[in-house]
This record gives sequence, C-alpha cells and structure tokens, in this order.
Amino acid sequence: MMKYKILLFFFFTTFTISAKQIEVCETCTVKSIKEAIKIAETGDEIVVKKGIYKENNIIINKSISLIGEKGAVVDGEDTGGIIIFEADNFTIRGLKIINVGMSYTIDYAAIKVIKAKNFIIEDCILENVFFGLLIEKSKNGIIRNNRISGNRKSEASSGNGIHIWDGSEMEVYNNQLTGLRDGIYFEFVKQSVVFENNSHNNIRYGLHFMFSNNNIYHHNEFKNNGAGVAVMFSKFITMHHNTFKLNWGSASYGLLLKEIYDAEIYNNLFEENTIGINGEGCTRINYKNNTFLRNGWAIKIAGACYANIFEKNDFMHNSLDLSYNTKKNDNSFNNNYWSEYTGYDLDKNGIGDIPYRPVKLFSYIVNKTPEALVLLRSLFVDIINFSEKVSPVFTPDDLTDENPIMKKIND
Amino acid sequence: MLKILKYSFYDLMRSRWSYVYFLFYLLLGFVLLFLNNDVSKAVITLMNIIIVLTPLIGTIFGVMYYYNSTEFTELLLAQPINRNKIFMGQYIGISLSLTLSLVLGLGIPFMAYGLFKSSIIFDFSLLLVVGSFLNFIFVALAYNIALSTENKIKGFGYAILMWLFLAVIYDGIFLISLVFFNEYPLDKFSLIATMLNPIDLSRILILLKLDISALLGYTGAVFRKFFGTNIGMLFSMFVLVFWVILPILRMNFKLKKKDF
Repeated sequence: MMKYKILLFFFFTTFTISAKQIEVCETCTVKSIKEAIKIAETGDEIVVKKGIYKENNIIINKSISLIGEKGAVVDGEDTGGIIIFEADNFTIRGLKIINVGMSYTIDYAAIKVIKAKNFIIEDCILENVFFGLLIEKSKNGIIRNNRISGNRKSEASSGNGIHIWDGSEMEVYNNQLTGLRDGIYFEFVKQSVVFENNSHNNIRYGLHFMFSNNNIYHHNEFKNNGAGVAVMFSKFITMHHNTFKLNWGSASYGLLLKEIYDAEIYNNLFEENTIGINGEGCTRINYKNNTFLRNGWAIKIAGACYANIFEKNDFMHNSLDLSYNTKKNDNSFNNNYWSEYTGYDLDKNGIGDIPYRPVKLFSYIVNKTPEALVLLRSLFVDIINFSEKVSPVFTPDDLTDENPIMKKIND
Repeated sequence: MLKILKYSFYDLMRSRWSYVYFLFYLLLGFVLLFLNNDVSKAVITLMNIIIVLTPLIGTIFGVMYYYNSTEFTELLLAQPINRNKIFMGQYIGISLSLTLSLVLGLGIPFMAYGLFKSSIIFDFSLLLVVGSFLNFIFVALAYNIALSTENKIKGFGYAILMWLFLAVIYDGIFLISLVFFNEYPLDKFSLIATMLNPIDLSRILILLKLDISALLGYTGAVFRKFFGTNIGMLFSMFVLVFWVILPILRMNFKLKKKDF
C-alpha cells in the first residue's frame, strides 16, 4: 500500500511540477550517473537502472531525487568517496553503493551530505564502506531502512555507519549497521530521534553520542559491539526500550555514560554485558524499569555521580550488582528487585521487610585491587560479604534499597 | 589390589552413608533445577556446593574409613600381601564410590531435565570432572593425615583443619596479600597462587567457562590468556592430576616406613 502511495505521489509530482525523469542505464542515452546529474534540473528524478556503475566522487548540487532500481550498484572501487550531496530537498533511494576507499586523512563516505536541509536517505544498501553516511551541518533529515556494513579490522582504519556532525532534527530509524567503527555517531546533534535500529558487531560502539543534547533513542538493539554504547558530554537525553546485549569483553559495557546530565533511562534491557551501565560524572539521571540480566557488573558508578534515582529496576543474576568506588553516596535506590535479596516479607505487601545492600564488600575490594576478582564465588568471599552485610564498615552505609520488591517487576 | 578395591567398594556401596550422600546430591539436583529455570545459574549454584562440600565429604569419609577399618587392615597386613596394594585398594575404593555418588546423584536429575539437548552439557561435565578430581584429591590427603596420626581425634582435627585451610583460610591469605601488594604486578602471583590450591583451581576452571571470563580480562590479561586457551585448560587438568599423584606418592613413602 505504502509503495503505491509513494508511486502515486511521484506520479503526481512529476506531472504537476513538470519535472522530468532521467534514466540511466548501459543502453540508454545517459550512461552514467555523473552525466545524468549534469543535465538534471531542480526537481528532476534520476532513475538508475540495473547494472554496475563504476563511479566515484559524484557531486550533486541540485535538489533532485536519485532513485536506484533493483540491481543498480554503484561501485567506488576502493578509491574514495562516492556520492556527495551539497543541496537541499533531495532524496536518495534504493541504491546499492559498495567499496568506499579508506584513508587516514580524509573521511570518505558512501553518501556524504554537506549543509543540506530536508532530505531523505532511504532503502539504500551500503557495503564495504569506510564511512557509510556522513552528514555535516545539516537539518531535517530522514534516514531510514538502510543497511550499512563494513568489514574493517581496526579502529583506526574504520569509519562510522551513520555519522552526523553538527545537525538537528534528524530522524534515524530502522537501519541495520554492522562491521563499522561506530554504528551511529552523533556529534553536536540536537533534537533528533534514533529508533528501531539494529547495530551489531561493530568494532567500537553501537551508538555514540558526543556533545549532543535533547535527543531520544528508543527501541534499538545493540548487540555484540566492541564496547557497547557510549553517551558522553550530553544533556537531556532519553533512552528507552533499547536492548544492550552481549557486549562481552575485557573493556566492554552495555552503556557508558560520561558527563551526562538530566537523562531518562527506562525500560531498557541489559543482558550479558561485562558492565551493564558504567557511569562517570552522571547527574540527575532517572533509571526506571530497566532489566539487568546476567551481567558481570550490573552498574558501575565510578565517581562524581549525584542525584541519580534507581527505581523499579530488575537486577537478576549479575555477578556483581553494583560497584562503587567512594564511601559517599548521593544516589537513591528504591523499589528495585534484586535476585540476590535474601530478606523476607512477613506482611505480604510485596516489599521486603529488611533493606537490601547492593554494594558488597567484595565489589569494593575488586575496585581497589582488580586482581582480587580471581576469588569471585569463593567461600571466604561469601563469608566476608556476609559479615559486611551485617555491619557495614567499608561500603557506603547509607546505600541501601529500603523497599526491595520481592518479585520481578518488568517483563 | 583389585580384590581389596572391590571389597572396599562394595563395602562402601552397601553402607548407609553412600546412599545418604547419593540421595543428597539427587535431591539437590532436582530441587535446583526445579527452582531455577535458568540452567546455567543452576550450574553456578552447584559449583558453589561442589567446591566446598565435595572436599569436606571426601576428607571426612577418608579419615573415617581409615580409622574404622584399622582392625581389618591389620588383619590384611598379616597376610602376604603388598602393603601398598592394600591401601591403594582402599583408597581407590573410597574415591570411586564417592565419585559414583556424585556423578549419579547429579547426573540423573540433569538427564531427567533434558540436559543433553542444551548447550550447557560441556560446563556440566566439567563440573562433574572437577568434582571427581576433588574427591580423589581430598581422600588422598585425608589418608595421608590418617596414616601419620595414630590418635583418632587428632586425625579428625587435622583433616578438618586441612579442609578449612584450603577452602577458606587460603583464600583469606591470598586476598590479603593481593590487597597488601597492590602496587606490584599481581597477575603471575595470582596465577601461581590459584594453581597451588586444588579448590581454587577447580573454582577458576568452572568460572572461566561461566561468568568470570570477561570480568577477568578487565585487568588480568595474563590470567585470561592462560586459562582461556585449551593449553591452559589442559595444564590445569594436569595440575589436578598432579594433586592426586603427590599425596599418593607420599602415602606410599609413608607406608614403607610405618610400623603398624
């Protein structure tokens, strides 16, 4: 239905604005995309027919639509950037773009967008890219249903899937990103939404936010990335219904928060990450209804974290629930479910009668002496944890969940 | 030797304690699987129990059996049989019956819950192998203690102390030295310290297959590199075998000199 609507839309637009359609194919009069762009005018539509087009550095500075038919492939032959848009109101759809060149000095991208407004990038397949989409100083873009993949080996020689630098009001959804440095990278991006993307097996982060305020990301899945998801130096970010999974490695985490203020984190699932959430310098963040399942550390608070609220989260079967490196605590834990809770509920109101202490002595020791982790789950450690639980000496004594819930809260 | 082994084995198989031990594991297995719908979590709980309880039971059983069968052993010694063979027979008999209780007791419930279809089978078999090793090691250690101490009460005391040392105190000293020598590179030290205690070694072997592997890599790359590989695994197994052989050698050495 949607397809017909779009077709109908284009049918009308072609007639009403009297824009023409330029076909590109081997047997057509126009044989390359570059030629087509030369003759195109504002509002025209270039349809790339099936075939392999060995072109690169295609600069488009007109407001046109570039549509790829099934089987239309643009091969950059590893030499450099491929398509560069320097115009407003453009659309690119359905093209398959492969083999972007790699450089240590220039950011070559499959599709580069410079200073554009109101554009749509959709249904494109970008393979073996250095940078996938590189969008600079742009506004009001929609990036959807793209599949971007790279096969890079090291951080230095790889680029990002969707890289937006200095933008606002972007919509990034339903994209697949794999084998890149960062799946999605936002730097100085405002008022944007990232949702329903699947970012997995990237070398560094699944998603990376830097200096980007007032953004929302939800219903994304981040799986098996080198270090998980990083949100840094940003304010007013909302993250909900995301899945952070299997970010399992020596320096990995589900979610890294560094210098974050006023964020909302709710209904996310953190499963089997080395560290579920690693927080440094996080202030006024509300963690609600998240599930932490089988992580090494569910939450690691490194310092300078103030006025955070942890409420109604499920902490289930993590090796260590919480790690703190200070004795001071300014964060509140309330009404969470802890699978390690051993208290009772005599009045049957669903809330445990004795408070739960999420920081164990052992996690304190591991913070001081990381090698001590070798003793995880040994009887001696259980004994000292127990004695610390009874009378806290080393761990923050006001760090308790006064009302631990007896049953799992979230589905 | 085989005859004595067979005798001790059947003797123990008929005894009430073997059944109790077997039933305990059987019940434990079923209850754990019933309460935990997460099989890998059940393996961790089992590990906690196995690395503490198996050595304890092995130690007590070993000492108890030695002291209880002193008279019969003396009778045997009067016969023209090699001493080594008598004691080795007894030792293997006890270890085997304990191992059988462990393997069957835990194996049956896990089999009943369709373990063979799940991917956890490898972790679980490792658990059983390590448990069996611990049985053999601690029965051997217990026999050593019993052979060296005539006094029953003292023997029991030493045996329990040995268990307490290896299961708890050793880790305490280990932890304190780790914290104390914080400034030094501790990877190799902790590697060696783990090797020297069969309980720690068993724990690490199982944990590496379960939850610790990535956590360890966080700092101790050396550690992870060593235990994470197949060679590390093989070497650890070799150390466990060594832990069985060493007490047996001492036992035989002691036997040569001992005046019954």
